[in-house]
Amino acid sequence: MTTPAIPEGVKRCSTRKFAIWLAVVGAVLLWGVYAMFLVWYKGLNQTGMNDAYGFALWIWADLAVIALGGGAFFSGFLTYIIGKKELKNIINYAVIIGFICYSSALLILALDIGQPLRGWFIFWHANVHSMLTEVAFCLSVYFGVLTIEFIPVVLENPKLDRVPFLHHLSHNLHEVMAVFAATGVFLSFFHQGSLGGVAGVLYGRPFSFREGLLIWPWTFFLFTWSAAAVGPCFTVMVTWLTEKVTGKKLVKQEVFQLLGKISGWMLLTYMIAKIADTWYWAVVTAPSKGFALMDFYTNNPVYGIWILIAELVVCGLVPAFILISRKGRENNTLLLTAMILAVIGICINRWVMVLQVMAAPLLPFQEWYMYMPTWQEVATTILPVAYGIILISLAHRYLPVFPQEKELNPGN
Amino acid sequence: MTKQAQHTKTKRYGMVIDLDRCTGCGACMVGCYAENNVPFRKDETDKMLSLNWLRVFKVDNGKPFPDTEVCYIPKPCMQCDGRHMEGHSPCVSVCPAVATDYDEPTGVVSQIYTRCFGCRYCMAACPYHARKFNWWDPVWPADMEKYLNPDVSVRMRGVVEKCSFCYHRYQKARDKAYVEGRDEIAENEYQPACAEACPTRAITFGDLHNPEHEVYELSRSKKAFRLLEKLNTNPKVYYLTSKSWVRRKADNYLEGESPADRKPAHKAETASH
Repeated sequence: MTTPAIPEGVKRCSTRKFAIWLAVVGAVLLWGVYAMFLVWYKGLNQTGMNDAYGFALWIWADLAVIALGGGAFFSGFLTYIIGKKELKNIINYAVIIGFICYSSALLILALDIGQPLRGWFIFWHANVHSMLTEVAFCLSVYFGVLTIEFIPVVLENPKLDRVPFLHHLSHNLHEVMAVFAATGVFLSFFHQGSLGGVAGVLYGRPFSFREGLLIWPWTFFLFTWSAAAVGPCFTVMVTWLTEKVTGKKLVKQEVFQLLGKISGWMLLTYMIAKIADTWYWAVVTAPSKGFALMDFYTNNPVYGIWILIAELVVCGLVPAFILISRKGRENNTLLLTAMILAVIGICINRWVMVLQVMAAPLLPFQEWYMYMPTWQEVATTILPVAYGIILISLAHRYLPVFPQEKELNPGN
Repeated sequence: MTKQAQHTKTKRYGMVIDLDRCTGCGACMVGCYAENNVPFRKDETDKMLSLNWLRVFKVDNGKPFPDTEVCYIPKPCMQCDGRHMEGHSPCVSVCPAVATDYDEPTGVVSQIYTRCFGCRYCMAACPYHARKFNWWDPVWPADMEKYLNPDVSVRMRGVVEKCSFCYHRYQKARDKAYVEGRDEIAENEYQPACAEACPTRAITFGDLHNPEHEVYELSRSKKAFRLLEKLNTNPKVYYLTSKSWVRRKADNYLEGESPADRKPAHKAETASH
């Protein structure tokens, strides 16, 4: 079916089918909105958090989506600054995914504060020593940059493109996009890093505390590097999922392979740094605070040494080696498996840097603290996923997101 | 103006709690609740949802009867001086909105309830779990509102609160001294509610910098130690005990290490300075 609002030369499902799809995802979204209302109206007592777990599922979700949304800034860097022209075939989608991730993170942050109406205090009464202040500033400004990057994609909708002003605006924005891409890279370096710094500066928490360079703990650099490494994997993963749902090939395999190769080398170098960091922490930092490595991985029902092995080996080194080998990249199943593993690995890393930090006891007469999220927390964490699916569905239907779609689907 | 300047001479208010004297009666907790308008709910089973600025922990030596020994550890906010004794306590440096602050003239770590927006980063940073979140709005039993302390503001849902060493009492004592034309306040003029309530005088409070205050000598005792000293948070709450097993409960030690290897509390603090 073709309507003037749908890009020329591509085929989309019927309006009825699309409406049913939106209704199903919309129902999940409404469930999340209801939970969100409960949290705002009744307060954070609607969550499973307590005084031991000041940070929990939401902060993990924030850290995870921002890392995964890192595909936007890193793909932008590769496309506009380094000049990898092939990536122009996926950059629009990377921007849309980044936009979804960052808007979701801001929404979750708005939920996660006890006095939401005072959220602006973080800007007004800013404490320059706090990593969270740096996060708030860089995150907000970068979201603005992402919005600017998203606008020309929206303006390419056939109906909007017919308006001369919008057509020229879109054209001119495309011309100067390298400036915004560079700004995005600069801002991302700091907010990805400061998110790592949030846990790394906690010198009262030996599990997360790290030494560092000047005011920045090593986690600052590790978070930035890992987001750049795994963000593109998430972009490819979502593109692949979109291809499966729509039943169309949208991006050439070479593009996936190129991103896979870059991600592979980034991931491998990240893993070398991460393993060195973990080793130093295990033999120097933690013992200086009276803790042996296994103190953090025993005497509790969840956090065994398996989680460290899963993060560093299964979801770290293994995907890195697959992605840096030509054979690994040329095998679609292996390529995708490696990318999914890398995405899981980064989610595990963000999880332990939030949840396990809170769980580990510090005083010898205290036990491990366990936490179970409530349905309100789960629903509000799924809410951004539903919102993301809806935005992607609309973008795919009405915007020319994939330049190679026509070429790859000639029968349409 | 001159008098005002003299009143801001740097002090370092701190507390010494003699664990050999503490019976675990909980009078300090009750005193704290009443003095600071700390709210409570009908069901206080889950202590990680309880608002308590001072909580008494019960620990034992892990031995079976008849060798069992028990010790009670009252734990208020440690009022940390920070890694380099410059006031960057774990919580102060992380608060994004400067809602928690280190008061230079007294060393007391404050909490500004009307500025806190409830991000709880300070709670994540505090290794002592001294910071409490208002998960609910306070609800007082009938007529109890009439008995609230007018010197301490009540807190609303969604903000963090914690022990302030009864800072309002310091302000009152300082004002009184000012009116009477004195530069200094006497040791007994500023005492927190928990210290006053303790029936065994296990809690001693004063200026750790002032040799005339009892805490000065007590904090330099061989029996003195602080919780989690290895983290270099430099608390201003000291504990006294004659029992080695209690001392071992206060910090983490690697295999083969023992509390005896540690420097005395006040020397460790000087070293980190």
